[in-house]
Amino acid sequence: MATALMLILIVAGSVLFHFLSPWWWTPIASNWGNIDDTMIITFWITGIVFIAIVLFMAYCVFRFRHRPGIRAAYEPENKKLEAALAIVTAVGVAAMLAPGLLVWKRFVTVPKDATEIEIVGQQWQWSFRIPGRNGQLGTSDARFVSSDNPLGLNPADPVNQDDFVIVGDDLHLPIGKPVKVLLRSIDVVHDFYVPEFRAKMDLMPGFVSFFWFTPTRTGTFDILCGAFCGVGHFEMRGSVVVEDEKSYQAWLGKQKTFAQLSAEAKRAEASKVEIKY
Amino acid sequence: MVDVTFGAGYPLPPPEVEDVELYHAKSWLTKYVFSQDAKVIAIQYSMTAMSIGFVALVLSWLMRLQLAFPDSFSFIAPSDYYQFITMHGMIMVIYVLTAMFLGGFGNYLIPLMVGARDMVFPYANMLSYWVYLLAVLVLVASYFVPGGPTGAGWTLYPPQAILSGTPGQDWGIILMLVSLILFIAGFTMGGLNYVVTVLQARARGMTLMRLPLTVWGIFTATVMALLAFPALFVACVMMLFDRTFGTSFFMPAIIQGGEHLKTAGGSPILWQHLFWFFGHPEVYIVALPAFGIVSDLISTHARKNIFGYRMMVWAIVAIGALSFVVWGHHMYISGMNPSFGFFFATTTLIIAVPTAIKVYNWVLTLWRGDIHLTVPMLFALGFIVTFIIGGLTGLFLGNVSVDVPLSATMFVVAHFHMVMGVAPILVIFGGIYQWYPKVTGRMLNETLGMVHFWVTFLGTYAIFFPMHYLGLIGVPRRYYEMGATNFIPPSAATLNIFITVAALVVGAVQFLFLFNLIWSLFKGKDAGGNPWRANTLEWQTPQTPPAHGNWGKELPVVYRWAYDYSVPGAEQDFIPQNQPPTAKAV
Repeated sequence: MATALMLILIVAGSVLFHFLSPWWWTPIASNWGNIDDTMIITFWITGIVFIAIVLFMAYCVFRFRHRPGIRAAYEPENKKLEAALAIVTAVGVAAMLAPGLLVWKRFVTVPKDATEIEIVGQQWQWSFRIPGRNGQLGTSDARFVSSDNPLGLNPADPVNQDDFVIVGDDLHLPIGKPVKVLLRSIDVVHDFYVPEFRAKMDLMPGFVSFFWFTPTRTGTFDILCGAFCGVGHFEMRGSVVVEDEKSYQAWLGKQKTFAQLSAEAKRAEASKVEIKY
Repeated sequence: MVDVTFGAGYPLPPPEVEDVELYHAKSWLTKYVFSQDAKVIAIQYSMTAMSIGFVALVLSWLMRLQLAFPDSFSFIAPSDYYQFITMHGMIMVIYVLTAMFLGGFGNYLIPLMVGARDMVFPYANMLSYWVYLLAVLVLVASYFVPGGPTGAGWTLYPPQAILSGTPGQDWGIILMLVSLILFIAGFTMGGLNYVVTVLQARARGMTLMRLPLTVWGIFTATVMALLAFPALFVACVMMLFDRTFGTSFFMPAIIQGGEHLKTAGGSPILWQHLFWFFGHPEVYIVALPAFGIVSDLISTHARKNIFGYRMMVWAIVAIGALSFVVWGHHMYISGMNPSFGFFFATTTLIIAVPTAIKVYNWVLTLWRGDIHLTVPMLFALGFIVTFIIGGLTGLFLGNVSVDVPLSATMFVVAHFHMVMGVAPILVIFGGIYQWYPKVTGRMLNETLGMVHFWVTFLGTYAIFFPMHYLGLIGVPRRYYEMGATNFIPPSAATLNIFITVAALVVGAVQFLFLFNLIWSLFKGKDAGGNPWRANTLEWQTPQTPPAHGNWGKELPVVYRWAYDYSVPGAEQDFIPQNQPPTAKAV
């Protein structure tokens, strides 16, 4: 009796917690609303299964509790029942898998008009690169990394010269425009994680990974690292500012290109040399 | 009726192997320490696993204290915290759960349940334990070396696992890899034993389709482990080379702290593939023995045959096979070719079908049963509830696009603790309450057992159910402290305190269990040979605890499956497997 009651309380408590507790996902700020929708479908299907099975258990524990003189039934198998349950389960699973795969199809299909930007991770900070007028990001390699060239852009690649390099500052994105994010790490595995965007992806040293999204809400959002990257993992933070096109262009106008940064570095080097002699 | 039930007309084959020639202990040392008796080895495995398990428990307390009260404990620095989580995870998954189910329950139950005198290779079996103990000692030693144990996270992802930004880079990671290599070597000796014993040393009449599901679960898990652990073994050897000899199996060109390291061309994602090719089967290496044991607990204490025995066997085999083609679901956001997502999401969700069938058959066994709410039965029921939650949240994480926002959050932590932490441990407890009377001849105290069950079951539910919702908010895992964010409400901190309090209580009650284990050894009620009136062979031994060789002069002969409970017309509500059929029973 107490056991059956406890099982019922677990179901009731879990359902109440789900609907009444203040803890739920953050308001979305990207185009990935259909990920949230798929999750809602999954919540409903799994929730119903959970409630049904545990309540059935509670009923059995109460109804078929041991009483003197009563024997259990003897029923080794029931093919029809087993087949029916297997089919119902398969249908339920398909109802979750189908939308999941459809959304994944969209997730891996980058729209043609998406702007490429690059996010570079290192222990324990975020850096960014945004293409200049030519709209393209040039080549890069970890071999080129130096204090003057923290992202390792190929200095000989002309495409690189007008790329905006943003180190130690926030990333800005214009609202409503799809971005293809290229992800690169120069040391260990990191993960670009903005909860409001829903989408996230690892930065894997050795190759370039990608994902895409469209920011749909203005505001400033936290960037976290979602892949354990050493003792400073929890402090690897950044911010992404989603704003209208005008503010975005104003911000971009203040950023320095790779060519400017290289020239500054050369001048600094030269002045150092003068002092030395 | 089912053909597995009645095999009375089945001609008894001769024993498949001659009676095993046993090494009989000549001294105290060879009887209790360097014993070749699987039952002693089982107890050694279990006691070692439980001891190191208490270390993992204390580590979980420390990490929960840090999460609930950040900035309050000066003795927990970030590097300490990451060492806690790494060691807690690795100890629990490998050195407690795997060792307990296969080395502990496997060693004790396989020979007894199949009607053998011992494992077929008793000497290798003994070595298996001693190599396991060595692996545990090497692991523990990492607490006493400069830099302490590794804090790379239990998945040990390179490059960070062997670079200086991670705690334990000096010695900790080396000892961890050596310990894993030793563990796998030791396990292989035991594992071959379990497989060959089940296949070759069964008593006459013990067909495969008459094996108790406990044996099916442990057997399948062992076969899987023998196939999966080699992937981890080679991965560990390669990482050890990367760390000590400067090879670059997993190391691309890396710039750390402005320095160009002398690494190039390696692939960190290769480690992830190898690790999860082992790591996902590992989940079922732990789960399948639990499935098997819980089936037998439910059947025995509901006094009813397990519902759909053949389907249960095939579900175990199907889950075991499928679990080798789902590892990629741990890597949806790793940057691997995104097309893999379609394949791995599909295979992963297909596993839900045989798994769900098992759950249905457990609860259908309760239907029209004669349910005795003994302590082992309560743990079995607790397992079902916990496993349902853990299994269903797996449908979120397995379904590739739903995984994207949830991966790397506390939702994942809550999910795997429910499904492969708490659920199997509830079965381990249930199993201990079930078989302790056979091992010691005494019953565990029931009142203490009830307290232990309710606090553990409700407490772990209180810890891990709400934790899913922290993950939904977006709280990431493996964070020493959250600090300031603009998306986590302050109430989440309150929830973290609640979870920590629950964890402290659940941890404390495990010491009550420890007390019960020791107290009952001396003061427990006399158990007799078959206190649960169960059918399987281990309850039919001539002595309790069974002597070396298990069966006295004559090996048992098996006439029926393990689940003849409440057979209509039978005198008692159970018929042991070795009871010959009477004309009436056929």
